[in-house]
Amino acid sequence: MLGWFKKKLSGKKEEAAAEETVETADRVDAGEESAPSSTPGTLVPDEVAPPMKEPAESDEPAEAEEQKKPQRRSMFQRLQKRLGKSRNHFVHRLDNLFRGKKKIDQELLDELEEILITADLGVSTAMDLLDAAKDSVKRQELNDPQALKKVLRDKILSFLQESNQPAELVLPESGPFVIMVVGVNGVGKTTSIGKIAAKFARSGQSVLLIAGDTFRAAAIDQLKIWGERVDVEVVAGPPKSDPSSVVFDGVAKGVAKDYDVVIIDTAGRLHTSVNLMEELKKIKRVIGKNLSTAPHEVMLVVDATTGQNAVSQAKLFNEAVGITGLTLTKLDGTAKGGIVANICHELKIPVRFIGIGEQVDDLRDFDPEEFVDALFSVGEESDSV
Amino acid sequence: MFENLTDRLEGVFKKLRGHGRLTEENIEEAMREVRTALLEADVNLQVVKEFIASVTEKAVGKEVLASLAPGQQVIKVVHEELVALLGSEAEPLRLDGAQPVVIMMAGLQGSGKTTTSAKIARQLKEKGRKPFLVPADVYRPAAIEQLHVLGEQVEVPVFSSSPEQRPVDIARQAVAEAEQNGHDTIIIDTAGRLHVDEQLMGELQEISSAVRLSEVLFVADAMTGQDAVTVADKFNTDLEITGVVLTKMEGDARGGAALSVKKITGKPIKFVGVGESIDALEVFHPDRTASRILGMGDVLSLIEKAEQVVDEKEAKNLAKKIQKNVFTLQDFLEQLQNIKKMGNIEQLMGMVPGINKLKQLQGAPIPTEVEMAKTEAIIQSMTKKERSNYKIINASRRQRIAKGSGTSVQEVNRVLKSYTTMMKMMKKMQGKSVVTKGGKRRKRPKGLRR
Ligand SMILES: Nc1nc2c(ncn2[C@@H]2O[C@H](COP(=O)(O)OP(=O)(O)O)[C@@H](O)[C@H]2O)c(=O)[nH]1
Ligand SMILES: Nc1nc2c(ncn2[C@@H]2O[C@H](COP(=O)(O)OP(=O)(O)O)[C@@H](O)[C@H]2O)c(=O)[nH]1
Ligand SMILES: [Mg+2]
Ligand SMILES: [Mg+2]
Repeated sequence: MLGWFKKKLSGKKEEAAAEETVETADRVDAGEESAPSSTPGTLVPDEVAPPMKEPAESDEPAEAEEQKKPQRRSMFQRLQKRLGKSRNHFVHRLDNLFRGKKKIDQELLDELEEILITADLGVSTAMDLLDAAKDSVKRQELNDPQALKKVLRDKILSFLQESNQPAELVLPESGPFVIMVVGVNGVGKTTSIGKIAAKFARSGQSVLLIAGDTFRAAAIDQLKIWGERVDVEVVAGPPKSDPSSVVFDGVAKGVAKDYDVVIIDTAGRLHTSVNLMEELKKIKRVIGKNLSTAPHEVMLVVDATTGQNAVSQAKLFNEAVGITGLTLTKLDGTAKGGIVANICHELKIPVRFIGIGEQVDDLRDFDPEEFVDALFSVGEESDSV
Repeated sequence: MFENLTDRLEGVFKKLRGHGRLTEENIEEAMREVRTALLEADVNLQVVKEFIASVTEKAVGKEVLASLAPGQQVIKVVHEELVALLGSEAEPLRLDGAQPVVIMMAGLQGSGKTTTSAKIARQLKEKGRKPFLVPADVYRPAAIEQLHVLGEQVEVPVFSSSPEQRPVDIARQAVAEAEQNGHDTIIIDTAGRLHVDEQLMGELQEISSAVRLSEVLFVADAMTGQDAVTVADKFNTDLEITGVVLTKMEGDARGGAALSVKKITGKPIKFVGVGESIDALEVFHPDRTASRILGMGDVLSLIEKAEQVVDEKEAKNLAKKIQKNVFTLQDFLEQLQNIKKMGNIEQLMGMVPGINKLKQLQGAPIPTEVEMAKTEAIIQSMTKKERSNYKIINASRRQRIAKGSGTSVQEVNRVLKSYTTMMKMMKKMQGKSVVTKGGKRRKRPKGLRR
């Protein structure tokens, strides 16, 4: 359910909600939008979508099988199940931590700090959070570990929800909705674009991809393969050509042919490379030449395994091109991606999607509550898994 | 907020000045700062704990050297210990034994395996070996194609695999083909995989039992956070890795993952990747990495680079000019060009202590590549006369220069301002031996740095 992409869908309707067990805040707000069921152009849940062309090289029957099963459990429960032991190990540690405790003592605080740091929230954030939580518990004269946990959880949740970007984007009356995707090398930009394109295409939108990474070897081929996989068109130039000119042509085509959505891939670059960041600024300017309101979304892709450096990435990309949303990839590993809480908090940018695998279906809308629970405690749920 | 560890430790020890020996109590507080610094650098928490325990033990009872403040003394101990943990300098690849030798790359998705394969092939080729690149990533779209393109760039043959093949079959066939064609080194690039993906980990184990591997290189991203330990441990347990490559080290990541990975696997870090281009692969320097993890910058690399480009005679010449107060815009230009010879300015700046924090402040006075290029163009648009006497550059000349260099009058003003500021600073420095004396070039970079 493209929660943040609503306007274009109004008139069409959403029934995708059934897929997710937990409603996000902005979905609840959108309650009045719920309309009769099946109309043309209806957004359908991933699981019942027309079968995608199976990626030729997919060789993981077990995995594919699991994706096809209709699943109503939360994404993290699914993840937990897929990942088996390693995540459960963590779950149990937390369970034991809170169950064995009757009151808040130094040992508990140390362990909490450890959990937060291990989740990549950062040492200073962890200490600030704990200090604030301790104060709050003291003020309310609570001496219950669960209360401390709740205060902490709520605080992190508030970080994730501080976005000052509109939950619903104002879309152009006519012309495409343009997304520019940026990030450091190898985080999963191209893959996420493939997945996002599929999501739009399934909801009946016409999608155009632009191969703006002309630098990395075979990056253009990679995007073209994704285009074939999800059956959307790709505009590309020759390798090593000027990305701005490819992007210019692509956006021109998107406007002329009146695509609903245009997604622009860019080459990975380290945020510290001033030259490459200049190139990115230029690409953004060029996008605006054919459509003055574009790009409507500048999406930074962050790898969940990244540590403290992700904050520096977000700041410098934001300074250069103004980030409006995040995608957090590779959450199917054991990394927690806690650093995004810092990014959201400092830059007031929302997380839109999470990536939980390499296949087309491995993309989920970001759900802050679930994320925090997974980050910090998945205690209660773990029993049923 | 912008102080580095040295400053913070000096703060901690201020009250203790005069003490002859470091005691457990006064070290404890200092170690809290060290702990924070290491965690900020993404060193894994468990690793930090063990490290702190062992350093505390080593530091207690140490005499504070007369020449050093207690803070510096602690840093020295911490730094030495870090270097020792990070391992020996420049461990080479194991390429002896029965030929051809096989190197297999392994790691998470997007860490840089394919790029590093090509970089290593290039280095080996330059050393006179006959490498053979083998694409065994049958999952990621266009991964095989990617290695073919890179192989072409470095002029190393690439095995023709297809995505329908099983990686273990690719490996076997490639070894046979390499033997036939007289290759002595085979580099197998594999697909990225999660350490928790038992099926895909099994696939690599299959390769390692099918062909005799001389090296299994674990490729990790220098920006990795706390999870580096979990991942490296699993790859090491499943595959018995023989070495580590840390990529994307040219950025501003403090690179604590280096320590985490080294500590948990005990395997040497053999290379670091410092860029996307095919020659951006360097040997690992434990001392520099230790400084970087502690947030002290990479001053050694900076000095080394400066020494490579500033020649002694030129430096003496410059010293004379400054003394005589005839440091012209032409000299200014030449100095800029010297700096440029040292390499990418952003990379250089990354080596200066504390600069990364500064960079994040908007409007910080850090020259960018673009600004440097503009400055160069502006001075080059000046006449000889103007370059030797900046005072004659009036408004109309400024306009002409701006036009000639494709910049603006404001930017010309900016250049003149930074030139005059530099002149003033140089005058102030006169008398202090900042610039070369008797060929002691070590001091040069200080002058260059500002
Ligand atoms: N496990 C996992 N791998 C991912 C995910 N997203 C991307 N990848 C993989 O990460 C690698 C780099 O992705 P790519 O899209 O090429 O990154 P880009 O360089 O940012 O465009 C590829 O091997 C992808 O299959 C994810 O959510 N989970
Ligand atoms: N900045 C930088 N980028 C690198 C480095 N090594 C690899 N990359 C980039 O990281 C991305 C992923 O690299 P790739 O070799 O495809 O990773 P793989 O998925 O592990 O094979 C590409 O964009 C590479 O250009 C490095 O040392 N520095
Ligand atoms: Mg890409
Ligand atoms: Mg690869």
